[in-house]
Amino acid sequence: MSMRIRFWGTRGSIPVALTSYDIRDKLARALVEASGRTFASYEEAHAFASTELDFSITHTFGGHTPCVELDLGGDEYFVCDMGSGARPFGVHVLAKQARRPATVNVFMSHVHWDHIMGFPFFGPAYVPGTRIRIHSCHDVCEQAYRLQQAAPCFPVDFAQLAASIEFVKLEPDVPRDVSGLVVTPHLQLHSGDSYGFRFEKDGKRVVYSTDSEHKLENRAEAESFAAFFRDADVVIFDAMYALADAISVKADWGHSSNIVGVELCQMANARHLVLFHHEPANDDATLEGLLKEARRFEELTRSGEPLKVSAAWDGLEIEP
Amino acid sequence: MALPARSYANALVIGVAGRLDQDNCDAFRADLMAHVERSAHDGGAVILDLSGLEYVSSAGLRCFMLASRQAKAQHGRIFVASLQPMVAEIFEISHFNMVFQVFPTVREALAAASIEAAAAFDKA
Repeated sequence: MSMRIRFWGTRGSIPVALTSYDIRDKLARALVEASGRTFASYEEAHAFASTELDFSITHTFGGHTPCVELDLGGDEYFVCDMGSGARPFGVHVLAKQARRPATVNVFMSHVHWDHIMGFPFFGPAYVPGTRIRIHSCHDVCEQAYRLQQAAPCFPVDFAQLAASIEFVKLEPDVPRDVSGLVVTPHLQLHSGDSYGFRFEKDGKRVVYSTDSEHKLENRAEAESFAAFFRDADVVIFDAMYALADAISVKADWGHSSNIVGVELCQMANARHLVLFHHEPANDDATLEGLLKEARRFEELTRSGEPLKVSAAWDGLEIEP
Repeated sequence: MALPARSYANALVIGVAGRLDQDNCDAFRADLMAHVERSAHDGGAVILDLSGLEYVSSAGLRCFMLASRQAKAQHGRIFVASLQPMVAEIFEISHFNMVFQVFPTVREALAAASIEAAAAFDKA
Protein backbone atom coordinates (compact mmCIF):
# COMPACT_ATOMS: atom_id res chain seq x y z
CA MET A 1 0.00 0.00 0.00
CA SER A 2 1.50 3.36 -0.99
CA MET A 3 2.21 6.21 1.36
CA ARG A 4 1.04 9.73 0.61
CA ILE A 5 2.17 12.92 2.34
CA ARG A 6 -0.40 15.68 2.57
CA PHE A 7 0.61 19.15 3.75
CA TRP A 8 -2.17 20.91 5.67
CA GLY A 9 0.02 23.63 7.22
CA THR A 10 3.50 24.70 6.16
CA ARG A 11 4.09 28.14 7.68
CA GLY A 12 6.20 28.75 10.77
CA SER A 13 5.53 30.75 13.91
CA ILE A 14 2.12 32.25 13.16
CA PRO A 15 -0.55 31.81 10.49
CA VAL A 16 -0.63 34.29 7.65
CA ALA A 17 -3.18 34.99 4.91
CA LEU A 18 -3.02 36.60 1.49
CA THR A 19 -4.41 40.11 1.58
CA SER A 20 -6.64 41.75 -1.02
CA TYR A 21 -3.60 43.70 -2.20
CA ASP A 22 -1.62 40.47 -2.64
CA ILE A 23 -4.33 39.05 -4.90
CA ARG A 24 -4.56 42.26 -6.93
CA ASP A 25 -0.77 42.24 -7.36
CA LYS A 26 -0.77 38.62 -8.53
CA LEU A 27 -3.46 39.46 -11.10
CA ALA A 28 -1.48 42.46 -12.30
CA ARG A 29 1.67 40.33 -12.67
CA ALA A 30 -0.29 37.70 -14.60
CA LEU A 31 -1.67 40.31 -16.98
CA VAL A 32 1.81 41.69 -17.60
CA GLU A 33 3.10 38.18 -18.27
CA ALA A 34 0.22 37.56 -20.71
CA SER A 35 1.46 40.63 -22.57
CA GLY A 36 -1.57 41.29 -24.75
CA ARG A 37 -2.38 37.67 -25.49
CA THR A 38 -6.03 36.76 -25.79
CA PHE A 39 -7.65 33.50 -24.74
CA ALA A 40 -10.63 32.02 -26.54
CA SER A 41 -11.80 30.03 -23.54
CA TYR A 42 -11.37 29.53 -19.83
CA GLU A 43 -9.47 26.34 -20.62
CA GLU A 44 -6.95 28.21 -22.76
CA ALA A 45 -6.41 30.80 -20.05
CA HIS A 46 -6.12 28.05 -17.46
CA ALA A 47 -3.52 26.23 -19.54
CA PHE A 48 -1.51 29.43 -19.87
CA ALA A 49 -1.66 30.05 -16.13
CA SER A 50 -0.73 26.46 -15.35
CA THR A 51 2.21 26.11 -17.68
CA GLU A 52 3.72 29.52 -18.31
CA LEU A 53 3.37 31.50 -15.10
CA ASP A 54 5.46 31.22 -11.96
CA PHE A 55 3.98 29.35 -9.00
CA SER A 56 4.08 32.55 -6.93
CA ILE A 57 1.72 34.25 -9.42
CA THR A 58 -0.83 31.46 -9.74
CA HIS A 59 -0.65 29.94 -6.26
CA THR A 60 0.20 30.75 -2.69
CA PHE A 61 2.37 28.72 -0.35
CA GLY A 62 -0.35 29.23 2.21
CA GLY A 63 -0.52 30.34 5.73
CA HIS A 64 -1.44 27.52 8.12
CA THR A 65 1.11 26.53 10.74
CA PRO A 66 2.57 22.99 10.75
CA CYS A 67 0.34 20.00 10.20
CA VAL A 68 1.50 17.19 7.88
CA GLU A 69 -0.45 14.01 7.29
CA LEU A 70 1.07 10.67 6.35
CA ASP A 71 -1.72 8.80 4.58
CA LEU A 72 -0.92 5.08 4.67
CA GLY A 73 -4.16 4.13 2.95
CA GLY A 74 -5.49 2.31 6.01
CA ASP A 75 -8.17 3.06 8.57
CA GLU A 76 -6.04 5.10 10.97
CA TYR A 77 -4.71 8.61 10.51
CA PHE A 78 -1.10 9.71 11.13
CA VAL A 79 -0.20 13.36 11.44
CA CYS A 80 2.76 15.46 12.53
CA ASP A 81 1.93 18.49 14.67
CA MET A 82 -1.33 20.23 15.33
CA GLY A 83 -0.70 23.72 14.00
CA SER A 84 -3.55 25.70 12.49
CA GLY A 85 -3.51 23.28 9.53
CA ALA A 86 -5.19 20.81 11.90
CA ARG A 87 -8.49 22.60 11.28
CA PRO A 88 -8.76 21.73 7.55
CA PHE A 89 -7.18 18.35 8.32
CA GLY A 90 -10.03 17.74 10.78
CA VAL A 91 -12.60 18.70 8.14
CA HIS A 92 -10.97 16.16 5.81
CA VAL A 93 -11.10 13.44 8.49
CA LEU A 94 -14.76 14.09 9.27
CA ALA A 95 -15.73 14.03 5.59
CA LYS A 96 -13.79 10.82 4.97
CA GLN A 97 -15.18 9.09 8.05
CA ALA A 98 -18.83 9.91 7.23
CA ARG A 99 -19.90 9.81 10.90
CA ARG A 100 -17.72 6.81 11.80
CA PRO A 101 -15.32 7.62 14.67
CA ALA A 102 -11.70 7.96 13.63
CA THR A 103 -8.40 6.87 15.16
CA VAL A 104 -5.81 9.62 14.83
CA ASN A 105 -2.11 9.22 15.72
CA VAL A 106 -0.42 12.56 16.34
CA PHE A 107 3.36 13.05 16.54
CA MET A 108 4.45 16.26 18.24
CA SER A 109 7.78 17.85 17.30
CA HIS A 110 7.35 20.13 20.34
CA VAL A 111 4.63 22.13 21.99
CA HIS A 112 5.30 25.69 20.93
CA TRP A 113 2.08 27.48 20.15
CA ASP A 114 2.30 27.29 16.35
CA HIS A 115 2.41 23.49 16.66
CA ILE A 116 -0.60 23.03 18.95
CA MET A 117 -2.88 25.96 18.09
CA GLY A 118 -5.04 24.00 15.65
CA PHE A 119 -6.11 21.34 18.12
CA PRO A 120 -9.00 23.30 19.70
CA PHE A 121 -10.42 23.53 16.15
CA PHE A 122 -9.77 19.90 15.24
CA GLY A 123 -13.32 18.67 14.59
CA PRO A 124 -12.80 14.96 15.36
CA ALA A 125 -11.85 15.88 18.95
CA TYR A 126 -15.52 16.76 19.47
CA VAL A 127 -16.88 13.47 18.10
CA PRO A 128 -17.66 10.72 20.65
CA GLY A 129 -15.86 7.49 19.90
CA THR A 130 -12.90 9.21 18.21
CA ARG A 131 -9.58 7.97 19.51
CA ILE A 132 -6.65 10.39 19.50
CA ARG A 133 -3.17 9.24 20.53
CA ILE A 134 -0.70 12.10 20.93
CA HIS A 135 2.92 10.88 20.76
CA SER A 136 5.70 13.07 22.12
CA CYS A 137 9.08 13.02 23.81
CA HIS A 138 8.12 16.02 25.96
CA ASP A 139 6.91 15.56 29.53
CA VAL A 140 4.98 18.82 29.21
CA CYS A 141 2.94 17.79 26.17
CA GLU A 142 -0.33 17.09 27.97
CA GLN A 143 0.10 20.19 30.11
CA ALA A 144 0.50 22.35 27.01
CA TYR A 145 -2.60 20.89 25.33
CA ARG A 146 -4.70 21.44 28.46
CA LEU A 147 -3.29 24.90 29.10
CA GLN A 148 -4.23 26.37 25.73
CA GLN A 149 -7.86 25.34 26.22
CA ALA A 150 -8.12 26.52 29.81
CA ALA A 151 -10.21 29.58 30.71
CA PRO A 152 -9.97 32.41 29.90
CA CYS A 153 -8.13 31.51 26.67
CA PHE A 154 -10.71 29.20 25.07
CA PRO A 155 -14.41 28.49 25.72
CA VAL A 156 -14.18 24.69 25.62
CA ASP A 157 -11.99 23.12 28.28
CA PHE A 158 -9.83 20.18 27.23
CA ALA A 159 -11.74 17.96 29.67
CA GLN A 160 -14.96 18.64 27.76
CA LEU A 161 -13.70 17.14 24.51
CA ALA A 162 -15.71 14.11 23.47
CA ALA A 163 -12.86 12.10 21.97
CA SER A 164 -10.79 9.64 23.95
CA ILE A 165 -7.38 11.31 24.11
CA GLU A 166 -4.25 9.49 25.20
CA PHE A 167 -0.74 10.92 25.59
CA VAL A 168 2.03 8.48 24.65
CA LYS A 169 5.63 9.15 25.65
CA LEU A 170 8.29 8.34 23.09
CA GLU A 171 12.00 7.95 23.80
CA PRO A 172 14.62 9.67 21.63
CA ASP A 173 16.36 7.37 19.13
CA VAL A 174 14.18 4.41 20.16
CA PRO A 175 12.01 3.07 17.31
CA ARG A 176 8.35 2.50 18.14
CA ASP A 177 5.76 0.64 16.07
CA VAL A 178 2.57 2.69 15.94
CA SER A 179 -0.13 0.71 14.15
CA GLY A 180 2.36 -0.58 11.59
CA LEU A 181 4.28 2.66 11.14
CA VAL A 182 7.73 2.59 12.73
CA VAL A 183 8.70 5.98 14.15
CA THR A 184 12.04 7.05 15.61
CA PRO A 185 12.34 10.45 17.33
CA HIS A 186 15.61 12.41 17.31
CA LEU A 187 16.54 15.38 19.52
CA GLN A 188 16.94 18.71 17.73
CA LEU A 189 18.32 22.10 18.75
CA HIS A 190 15.42 24.41 19.55
CA SER A 191 14.26 26.40 22.55
CA GLY A 192 12.74 23.87 24.97
CA ASP A 193 13.95 21.05 22.66
CA SER A 194 12.21 19.70 19.59
CA TYR A 195 12.24 16.23 18.03
CA GLY A 196 12.41 15.14 14.44
CA PHE A 197 10.67 11.93 13.42
CA ARG A 198 11.87 9.28 11.02
CA PHE A 199 8.95 7.20 9.73
CA GLU A 200 9.42 3.84 8.03
CA LYS A 201 6.91 1.54 6.43
CA ASP A 202 7.15 -1.00 3.60
CA GLY A 203 10.61 0.23 2.61
CA LYS A 204 9.58 3.89 2.47
CA ARG A 205 11.39 6.39 4.71
CA VAL A 206 10.07 9.84 5.50
CA VAL A 207 11.75 12.30 7.86
CA TYR A 208 9.90 15.20 9.47
CA SER A 209 12.49 17.62 10.87
CA THR A 210 11.13 21.02 11.74
CA ASP A 211 12.09 23.67 14.27
CA SER A 212 15.68 22.55 14.22
CA GLU A 213 18.80 24.69 14.14
CA HIS A 214 22.06 23.24 12.90
CA LYS A 215 25.39 24.48 14.22
CA LEU A 216 27.60 24.31 11.18
CA GLU A 217 30.86 24.13 13.08
CA ASN A 218 29.83 20.92 14.81
CA ARG A 219 30.78 18.04 12.55
CA ALA A 220 29.42 15.43 14.96
CA GLU A 221 26.03 17.13 14.87
CA ALA A 222 26.01 17.16 11.07
CA GLU A 223 26.93 13.48 10.97
CA SER A 224 24.23 12.66 13.50
CA PHE A 225 21.59 14.28 11.30
CA ALA A 226 23.02 12.74 8.16
CA ALA A 227 22.51 9.36 9.85
CA PHE A 228 18.98 10.33 10.88
CA PHE A 229 18.17 11.37 7.29
CA ARG A 230 20.10 8.44 5.75
CA ASP A 231 18.59 7.23 2.43
CA ALA A 232 15.27 8.96 3.17
CA ASP A 233 12.80 9.14 0.32
CA VAL A 234 11.55 12.49 1.64
CA VAL A 235 13.02 14.92 4.19
CA ILE A 236 10.64 17.65 5.37
CA PHE A 237 13.09 20.28 6.60
CA ASP A 238 12.96 23.52 8.57
CA ALA A 239 14.19 26.04 5.97
CA MET A 240 12.83 29.17 7.55
CA TYR A 241 15.65 31.51 6.57
CA ALA A 242 18.27 32.22 3.95
CA LEU A 243 21.67 31.04 5.18
CA ALA A 244 23.06 34.54 5.83
CA ASP A 245 20.12 35.33 8.11
CA ALA A 246 20.19 31.94 9.85
CA ILE A 247 23.78 32.38 10.98
CA SER A 248 23.78 36.10 11.70
CA VAL A 249 20.82 38.12 12.98
CA LYS A 250 18.70 35.00 13.48
CA ALA A 251 21.37 32.73 14.95
CA ASP A 252 20.11 30.85 18.02
CA TRP A 253 16.48 31.36 16.99
CA GLY A 254 16.15 27.60 16.55
CA HIS A 255 15.68 27.37 12.79
CA SER A 256 17.66 26.50 9.71
CA SER A 257 18.06 27.38 6.04
CA ASN A 258 17.48 26.03 2.55
CA ILE A 259 21.23 25.70 1.97
CA VAL A 260 21.88 23.59 5.07
CA GLY A 261 18.91 21.41 4.07
CA VAL A 262 20.59 20.67 0.73
CA GLU A 263 23.95 19.94 2.38
CA LEU A 264 22.54 17.55 4.99
CA CYS A 265 20.39 15.72 2.46
CA GLN A 266 23.38 15.34 0.15
CA MET A 267 25.42 13.95 3.06
CA ALA A 268 22.57 11.56 3.86
CA ASN A 269 21.96 10.45 0.26
CA ALA A 270 18.31 11.47 0.64
CA ARG A 271 16.14 11.64 -2.51
CA HIS A 272 13.77 14.52 -1.98
CA LEU A 273 14.15 17.63 0.20
CA VAL A 274 10.97 19.55 1.01
CA LEU A 275 11.53 23.06 2.38
CA PHE A 276 9.14 23.68 5.26
CA HIS A 277 8.22 26.01 8.15
CA HIS A 278 8.23 29.10 5.96
CA GLU A 279 9.01 32.47 7.51
CA PRO A 280 5.70 34.37 7.95
CA ALA A 281 7.29 37.62 6.75
CA ASN A 282 8.17 36.07 3.38
CA ASP A 283 5.73 36.56 0.51
CA ASP A 284 5.17 33.98 -2.20
CA ALA A 285 7.75 35.47 -4.56
CA THR A 286 10.39 35.40 -1.83
CA LEU A 287 9.62 31.79 -0.97
CA GLU A 288 9.79 30.83 -4.64
CA GLY A 289 13.15 32.61 -4.80
CA LEU A 290 14.47 30.59 -1.86
CA LEU A 291 13.33 27.41 -3.60
CA LYS A 292 15.09 28.36 -6.84
CA GLU A 293 18.26 29.20 -4.89
CA ALA A 294 18.17 25.84 -3.11
CA ARG A 295 17.73 24.03 -6.45
CA ARG A 296 20.65 25.92 -7.95
CA PHE A 297 22.84 25.20 -4.92
CA GLU A 298 22.00 21.53 -5.29
CA GLU A 299 23.09 21.64 -8.94
CA LEU A 300 26.33 23.42 -8.08
CA THR A 301 27.27 21.01 -5.30
CA ARG A 302 25.95 17.72 -6.72
CA SER A 303 28.42 14.87 -6.69
CA GLY A 304 26.13 11.84 -6.96
CA GLU A 305 22.48 11.26 -7.71
CA PRO A 306 20.40 14.44 -8.04
CA LEU A 307 18.49 15.56 -4.96
CA LYS A 308 14.97 16.69 -5.79
CA VAL A 309 14.13 19.96 -4.00
CA SER A 310 10.59 21.23 -3.43
CA ALA A 311 8.95 23.80 -1.20
CA ALA A 312 5.92 22.68 0.79
CA TRP A 313 2.63 24.53 0.35
CA ASP A 314 -0.74 24.09 1.99
CA GLY A 315 -2.49 21.49 -0.15
CA LEU A 316 0.63 19.86 -1.61
CA GLU A 317 0.49 16.06 -1.83
CA ILE A 318 3.50 13.91 -2.62
CA GLU A 319 4.26 10.21 -2.74
CA PRO A 320 7.63 9.16 -1.33
CA MET B 1 45.81 26.52 7.61
CA ALA B 2 48.40 29.19 6.84
CA LEU B 3 46.84 32.09 4.99
CA PRO B 4 49.13 34.23 2.81
CA ALA B 5 48.73 37.87 3.75
CA ARG B 6 50.12 41.20 2.49
CA SER B 7 49.70 44.67 4.01
CA TYR B 8 48.82 47.79 2.02
CA ALA B 9 48.67 50.84 4.32
CA ASN B 10 45.72 50.22 6.66
CA ALA B 11 44.49 47.16 4.76
CA LEU B 12 45.53 43.51 4.90
CA VAL B 13 44.87 41.29 1.89
CA ILE B 14 44.45 37.61 2.73
CA GLY B 15 44.45 34.95 0.04
CA VAL B 16 42.00 32.07 0.41
CA ALA B 17 42.42 29.10 -1.93
CA GLY B 18 41.10 25.62 -2.58
CA ARG B 19 37.94 24.30 -0.95
CA LEU B 20 36.60 25.62 2.30
CA ASP B 21 34.22 23.28 4.06
CA GLN B 22 33.63 21.42 7.30
CA ASP B 23 36.88 19.48 6.92
CA ASN B 24 39.14 22.53 7.17
CA CYS B 25 37.00 25.37 8.47
CA ASP B 26 38.20 25.13 12.08
CA ALA B 27 41.83 25.76 11.14
CA PHE B 28 40.80 28.41 8.63
CA ARG B 29 38.67 30.22 11.21
CA ALA B 30 41.45 30.28 13.79
CA ASP B 31 43.93 31.77 11.34
CA LEU B 32 41.45 34.24 9.87
CA MET B 33 40.29 35.47 13.27
CA ALA B 34 43.91 36.10 14.33
CA HIS B 35 44.41 38.28 11.22
CA VAL B 36 41.13 40.11 11.80
CA GLU B 37 41.92 40.82 15.45
CA ARG B 38 45.26 42.28 14.47
CA SER B 39 44.27 44.26 11.38
CA ALA B 40 40.53 44.99 11.16
CA HIS B 41 40.20 47.55 13.93
CA ASP B 42 39.80 51.30 14.22
CA GLY B 43 39.09 51.84 10.54
CA GLY B 44 41.49 49.17 9.31
CA ALA B 45 40.32 46.67 6.74
CA VAL B 46 40.80 43.00 5.92
CA ILE B 47 40.25 42.05 2.30
CA LEU B 48 39.66 38.43 1.47
CA ASP B 49 41.11 37.68 -1.96
CA LEU B 50 38.98 34.73 -3.06
CA SER B 51 40.45 34.36 -6.54
CA GLY B 52 41.85 30.95 -5.59
CA LEU B 53 38.76 29.72 -3.74
CA GLU B 54 37.01 26.99 -5.70
CA TYR B 55 34.18 26.12 -3.32
CA VAL B 56 32.79 27.26 0.01
CA SER B 57 30.18 25.39 2.06
CA SER B 58 27.86 26.76 4.73
CA ALA B 59 30.49 25.96 7.37
CA GLY B 60 33.03 28.05 5.45
CA LEU B 61 30.59 30.90 4.98
CA ARG B 62 30.02 30.88 8.73
CA CYS B 63 33.75 31.60 9.21
CA PHE B 64 33.39 34.70 7.02
CA MET B 65 30.37 35.74 9.10
CA LEU B 66 32.26 35.38 12.37
CA ALA B 67 35.15 37.38 10.98
CA SER B 68 32.77 40.11 9.87
CA ARG B 69 31.23 40.28 13.34
CA GLN B 70 34.66 40.50 14.94
CA ALA B 71 35.72 43.28 12.56
CA LYS B 72 32.57 45.29 13.27
CA ALA B 73 33.05 44.91 17.03
CA GLN B 74 36.56 46.40 16.61
CA HIS B 75 35.33 49.22 14.34
CA GLY B 76 37.12 47.64 11.42
CA ARG B 77 35.92 46.45 8.02
CA ILE B 78 36.06 43.29 5.98
CA PHE B 79 35.58 43.02 2.22
CA VAL B 80 35.67 40.13 -0.24
CA ALA B 81 37.13 40.42 -3.70
CA SER B 82 37.82 38.58 -6.93
CA LEU B 83 35.34 35.74 -6.53
CA GLN B 84 35.33 32.86 -9.00
CA PRO B 85 31.95 32.48 -10.74
CA MET B 86 30.84 29.50 -8.65
CA VAL B 87 31.75 31.13 -5.34
CA ALA B 88 30.09 34.37 -6.47
CA GLU B 89 26.92 32.40 -7.17
CA ILE B 90 27.07 30.71 -3.75
CA PHE B 91 27.38 34.16 -2.16
CA GLU B 92 24.22 35.24 -3.99
CA ILE B 93 22.30 32.03 -3.27
CA SER B 94 23.07 32.23 0.44
CA HIS B 95 22.40 36.00 0.52
CA PHE B 96 25.96 36.65 1.71
CA ASN B 97 26.23 39.33 -0.97
CA MET B 98 23.76 41.29 1.17
CA VAL B 99 25.99 40.99 4.22
CA PHE B 100 29.41 41.52 2.64
CA GLN B 101 30.69 44.18 0.32
CA VAL B 102 31.83 42.24 -2.73
CA PHE B 103 34.33 43.75 -5.19
CA PRO B 104 35.33 42.47 -8.63
CA THR B 105 39.04 42.98 -7.90
CA VAL B 106 41.38 43.33 -4.93
CA ARG B 107 42.40 46.77 -6.23
CA GLU B 108 38.80 47.99 -6.04
CA ALA B 109 38.41 46.61 -2.52
CA LEU B 110 41.61 48.38 -1.46
CA ALA B 111 40.30 51.63 -2.94
CA ALA B 112 37.20 51.22 -0.79
CA ALA B 113 39.44 50.70 2.26
CA SER B 114 41.48 53.87 1.74
CA ILE B 115 43.28 55.95 -0.88
CA GLU B 116 46.57 55.06 0.81
CA ALA B 117 45.88 51.32 0.55
CA ALA B 118 45.12 51.58 -3.15
CA ALA B 119 48.23 53.72 -3.71
CA ALA B 120 50.39 51.20 -1.87
CA PHE B 121 48.98 48.43 -4.01
CA ASP B 122 49.73 50.39 -7.21
CA LYS B 123 53.32 50.95 -6.11
CA ALA B 124 53.97 47.35 -5.18
